[in-house]
Amino acid sequence: MLKTSLFFVAIALTALLLADLEISTLHPWTELSRMAWGAITPDVPSLWNLKLALLNTVVFAFCGIFLGVVLGIGLAFVFRFTPVRLFCAFIRAIHEIFWAFIFLPIVGLNPTCGVLAIAIPYAGIFAKVYAEIIQESDRRPLEGVPKGAGGLSRFVYGILPVIYADTKHYTSYRFECALRSSAILGFIGLPTLGFHLETAFREGIYSEAWALLYAFYILIASLKYWLKPRLVSLYVVASFVLLSRTITVSWENIVRFFTYDLLPWPMRREGVLDGTHEISFAWEPIARWASEIFAQEGWEGIWNTVVLTQIVLVGTGIFALLSFPFACRHFSGKIANRVSHYVLIVVRTTPEYILAYILVQLWGPSMLPAVWAILLHNGAILGFLISNNADLVQLRTDAPRRRIDRYLFEILPRVYGQFLAFLFYRWEVMMRESAILGLLGIYTLGFYIDSAISDDQIDKAILLILITVLLNMGIDTVSQFVRRRLKISTKLVTSL
Amino acid sequence: MKSSPNTELFNLAAENVAYENNVVLKNITLQINRGEKVALVGPSGAGKTTLLRRLYNSVADQSAYVDQHYALVHQLSAFHNIYTGRLDQYSTFHNLLNLLKPQKKELQEITPILGELGMEEKIFEKVGAMSGGQQQRVAVARAIYRGEDILLADEPISSVDPLQADTVMDIIIQNTETVVVSLHAVEFALKFAQRIVGLSDGEIEFDLPTKKVTQTMLTELYRNGKPA
Repeated sequence: MLKTSLFFVAIALTALLLADLEISTLHPWTELSRMAWGAITPDVPSLWNLKLALLNTVVFAFCGIFLGVVLGIGLAFVFRFTPVRLFCAFIRAIHEIFWAFIFLPIVGLNPTCGVLAIAIPYAGIFAKVYAEIIQESDRRPLEGVPKGAGGLSRFVYGILPVIYADTKHYTSYRFECALRSSAILGFIGLPTLGFHLETAFREGIYSEAWALLYAFYILIASLKYWLKPRLVSLYVVASFVLLSRTITVSWENIVRFFTYDLLPWPMRREGVLDGTHEISFAWEPIARWASEIFAQEGWEGIWNTVVLTQIVLVGTGIFALLSFPFACRHFSGKIANRVSHYVLIVVRTTPEYILAYILVQLWGPSMLPAVWAILLHNGAILGFLISNNADLVQLRTDAPRRRIDRYLFEILPRVYGQFLAFLFYRWEVMMRESAILGLLGIYTLGFYIDSAISDDQIDKAILLILITVLLNMGIDTVSQFVRRRLKISTKLVTSL
Repeated sequence: MKSSPNTELFNLAAENVAYENNVVLKNITLQINRGEKVALVGPSGAGKTTLLRRLYNSVADQSAYVDQHYALVHQLSAFHNIYTGRLDQYSTFHNLLNLLKPQKKELQEITPILGELGMEEKIFEKVGAMSGGQQQRVAVARAIYRGEDILLADEPISSVDPLQADTVMDIIIQNTETVVVSLHAVEFALKFAQRIVGLSDGEIEFDLPTKKVTQTMLTELYRNGKPA
C-alpha cells in the first residue's frame, strides 16, 4: 500500500510541475476582503425575491431523483449482464451539466432539461449501487422463502427487508447530491439557485451571493427535519405537479437531434451547402474531421484533465489525512470534535463547482482554483468518513499518550486501507469534476465542450463528451484494478 | 397429499453427495417411508446437514425445511417471517397486502402456532431483536405454518433452552406426517424419534429403530468423530 501511495504521489508531483497554477487577477486579496465582508453581511431580505429559485432547486432534485431511482431499480435487476453494466457506466460517466448540454437542443432550456440531466446519470449510479447492495446483502434469509413463490413475493419478503435500510440511506444521501447538482445546473441558465448565485458573484453583489449560499446550507442541514420517509411521496407528486405545466417534449426535435444534429459535420456538409439537408456518408472526411478535433482540442483537453485529476487525487488524500484527526475523538476534545465535524460538513456541502467559481473570481482561471475546489470538497467528504471510522477504533488502555504517536502507530495503520479504498472510489468522480470545471475557463475537456456548444457545433461537443466518457471509464477500470490488487474494498459505504 | 404409510418417500442407493462448503457423503444407502419420524445423530461434521439438504432437494416443493442458521429476515416481524412459509401458496397481491398489513385470517392462523411455542406476545416484534432461542422457535413456527406433510429440520433445538426443547420437539413430531430431524442432543432423538440414523465422517454407521439403539453404539459413534 505504501508503494502504491508513493507511486501516485510521484505522479502528482510531476503533474504539479506541468500544471498552470498562476494567479492572474490583479488584486486577488481586495476581492477576497469584499467577499468576506459579504459573508458577514448576507442580504437575507433578497432571498424573498429568489424564493422561486430555491423552490426550483428542490423540485428539480425531487423529480430527477425519482426518475433516477425508478430507472435505477429497473436496471439493477439486470445489472449482471455486461451490456447493462457498460451502459450504466456510460451514462454515469457524463456529468449532469454535460447531460444538460445534450438535452438543451432537444427540449430547450427548461425544467425538463434539468430533470433529465439529473435523472439519467443518477439512474446509472443507482443501478450500480443498488445491485452492489443486493449482491453484498445476507442471502440466507432468502433460503427460508419457498422456491415456488413468485419473483416479486420472494423479493419483497426475502431481499427487500434486508437491503431496505442501506438502500434508504444511500438514496437519501444521493438526494443531497441531487440538490447540489440541481443548484449548479443554474450556472448554465436553468432557473435554480446557481443562476442567481452566478449573477450575484459576477456582478460583485456578495451579500446576496452569501445569502443564497447560507440558504443552501440551511436547506441541506435541515434535510433530516423535513425529508421524512412518509412525506417523500407527497413531495415527489407535488414536484411533478409543479413541473407538469412546463414540460414540453417535441418529437420532431428529438428525432432531428438523433438523426441529424448529432452527425459529424462532413456527413451534413454537402446537404447544408446545397440547401437539401441531405446526409452523405464517407469514411475518409469523417476520420479527418475526428482526427482534427483530436489534434486541436482533444489531446490538450485530455492532458489537462488527467494532470488536474492526478493532482487533486493526491491533494484530496493529504487533506483528508490531515483533517480527520480534528474530527476524531482520539485526538481532540468534544467541542473541537463537534466544530470540526460541522466545518467538514459545510465544506462537503458546498458544490465543488461553486467553490471553483468563487476561487476563479479571486485568482483568475488556472488550475489553482480547480485544484483547491475539488480537493476541499472531496477531502471533506473523505475526512468526515475516516473520522467516523477512526472513532470506532477502541484504543488499548496503555495506548501512546502523545497524539502524533497515536496517529502514526495506532489509528493511521488501522484506517489506511479504508482510506485508500474511499480515495480510489472517488477517483472517477474527481475526474468528472476536473473535466466539468473547464466551463470556468480552465483548459480541461469541459472547456472545449463548452466552446463547441457555444459555437453550435453539437457534433463536436458529442465527440468530446464521448472522449470524456472513455477517459472516465478507463480511470474507473484502473481504480478497480488498484483496489483489487491492494485487496481493499469500500464495503458498502452508503454516503460516498 | 395424505397417502398410506409405507409408501417410499426417499430412496438413496449407494449415493455420494457433495455440496459446496458441506461435508461430503460417501456411499449412502437410505430409505425413508411416509409417516416415519427419523432422527439423524452424529458428531459435528458427520454430514447431517448435507444429508438433510440432499433429501430436501428431492421434495423441495412439498416439504418444509428448518435451516440450522434459521434463515430468517431480521428486519421483519415474527408474523411476517412465519407468513413467508406460505408465500408460494398465495398470489403476489395477497403477499403484498400481508406485508403492508397483516390480515385477519393469517393472524388467526399464525397466533396459535406462536402461542404453542410460548411466544404469542412476540408476534409483531422484529426477529433481529430476539434471542437465538426465540429466533429458532420462529423458524420452527414458519415450517409448521407451511403445513406440508414432510418436515426436514436441521438442529431445530440447538439454541432453545432445555425446558422448551421438549415442547418444540413435540410440535415438530406431532404436526407433520413425515419428519427427518438432525439432533445434536441424543436424548431427544431417543425420546421423540421412532428410528435413528447414526452418521459419522460422511457415512452411515447404523440405521435402527430407536428401541434397538444402545448407549454403547452412541458412545462409539461420537468417539469416532471429532469432539463437538
